[in-house]
Amino acid sequence: MGITIQQLSVFLENREGRLDEVLSVLAGNDVNIVALSLADTTEYGMLRMIVSDPNKGKAVLRDNGITAMLTDVIALRVPHETGSLSRAMHQIVDGDVNIEYMYAFANGSDASAVLKCDDPARVVDILRGSGFDVWEASEAYVSNIK
Amino acid sequence: MAAVSLENWVERIRDPKIECMSRDEMADLQSRRLVDVVDRVYNNVEFYRRKMQQRGVEPGDIKSIEDIEKLPFTTKEDLRDNYPFGLLAIPMKDVVRVQGTSGTTGKLTIAPYSQKDVDVWGECVARGLTMAGLTNEDIIHVCYGYGLFTGGMGLDFGAKALGATAIPMSAGNTKRQMMCMEDLGATAFACTPSYALYLAESIQEAGLVDHMKLKAGIHGAEPWTEEMRKKIESILHINCFDIYGLCEITGPGVAQDCIHKAGLHVHADYFYPEVLNPVTHEKCADGETGELVFTTLAKEAMPLIRYRTKDLTSIDHSTCECGRTLPRISKFTGRTDDMKVIRGVNVFPTQVETALLSMGGVVAPHYMMIVDREDNMDVLTVMVEVDESVFSDEIRKLDALRNKIAATLKTALGLSVRVKLVEPKTIQRSEGKAVRVIDNRNL
Repeated sequence: MGITIQQLSVFLENREGRLDEVLSVLAGNDVNIVALSLADTTEYGMLRMIVSDPNKGKAVLRDNGITAMLTDVIALRVPHETGSLSRAMHQIVDGDVNIEYMYAFANGSDASAVLKCDDPARVVDILRGSGFDVWEASEAYVSNIK
Repeated sequence: MAAVSLENWVERIRDPKIECMSRDEMADLQSRRLVDVVDRVYNNVEFYRRKMQQRGVEPGDIKSIEDIEKLPFTTKEDLRDNYPFGLLAIPMKDVVRVQGTSGTTGKLTIAPYSQKDVDVWGECVARGLTMAGLTNEDIIHVCYGYGLFTGGMGLDFGAKALGATAIPMSAGNTKRQMMCMEDLGATAFACTPSYALYLAESIQEAGLVDHMKLKAGIHGAEPWTEEMRKKIESILHINCFDIYGLCEITGPGVAQDCIHKAGLHVHADYFYPEVLNPVTHEKCADGETGELVFTTLAKEAMPLIRYRTKDLTSIDHSTCECGRTLPRISKFTGRTDDMKVIRGVNVFPTQVETALLSMGGVVAPHYMMIVDREDNMDVLTVMVEVDESVFSDEIRKLDALRNKIAATLKTALGLSVRVKLVEPKTIQRSEGKAVRVIDNRNL
């Protein structure tokens, strides 16, 4: 049972049409985007995505001259109720684990929070120990597809 | 995949009588040739006759190579003023070919050749190919441009003189270059160092390194660093050699380094090198950096007297480990033209390249320097590619990388530098001379 899922990360120069290019390459190769976050700095952007087939996504981007990498992240299952993410976060903070970044997406019956941290195994232990669950890769990559 | 290590290297010398000649014998030969060439230009070229008369020098005053200091300089501007054939020392009917380079200012710089000039050119390149361990059994893939540019033709003439097989690929179409290199079994290739690196990376990416029979690379036409050489050598498992030349003098083959990589051997029996302080024009001592100045001792069509190359180097007259006594000029640090003065600091693109490569593979040696002036202040921005080996999806790590590059460059250049990370392969790979600097200042 994998505890992490793979995120497709893309380095984007702040250049007109660059994001559009990345998205069309994925679309043209039947790679579905489940979730997406775009972080911007003054000089470049960082596109992070959960997709239907991360390896294929990386390969097709590479073929089109776009640098992409796969990163192991945790997809925390967050029930649709007020305060649930806050409770999960408390547990992680108490466990002294540093979170590098996070973004969330709704996912039918509940939501998912994608977390990047130094020690995924420990975070998953903490979460499972306090009643939370994480998504398996097989579930995450196909979620929200009708 | 056939790099020969130094221990197993068998040095071949094409013309030991000349290449290993004693200094005195060489000076005698140079003196005789200088007397002859001065006589020819004085009698056949109005420009030189007038220039010498202005300095009060007559051919009779030139008795030995030591007297060269009495002669006037020739500059690129002089070539432009006498464009196209004003400096010709032979009748046009004896000119068998013309090569040239496109100047940044519009007009071409033209180099006419007699048949003997072409033969000497081929001979000098063949000496270099021999220095690179090549023989008449080798297949030399030439991806320098063919045409007016001297690169393609020069290597071609050299391969012909050597009796090797030349594959005249010319520049461009990397996929086709790789296919021919593999299919025709090239054992050596010749092109600019920046294209060599691009080609090496492409060969590596295509997984073709083991399919190649390459053992040597002959690279020149732009300054490059030792680190860049190591990078190309390690990707392709070959030995790379630095060939130098300029079309005004003959083209590639004026000088080239041997396996000991201890400077480029100048074919001083044909091209007499002086290294001079660019401001005072005084002769630099061995090891001291100055402007390289050439006199073509045997050229017939367009001999040049004390031609100022604007290339910066130092000279070493000691005998090389390879046995050659030909003087060696150091690998080029740059041209007086390429040097940028940024906030009063002299900066050469090669310094940036060296600094980036010194970071041990952290960054690709593809970069672009952009000089701007903001609020009367010079700003140097260096664009560096983020390749897959260093890419991180964490902004904190990328910022740390950028800061590390900026700190390394600041130490190397003595100047604060803005570093901009860009996507891999976005900095243009040149198939000719790489453009490394864009100066947006209106100086």
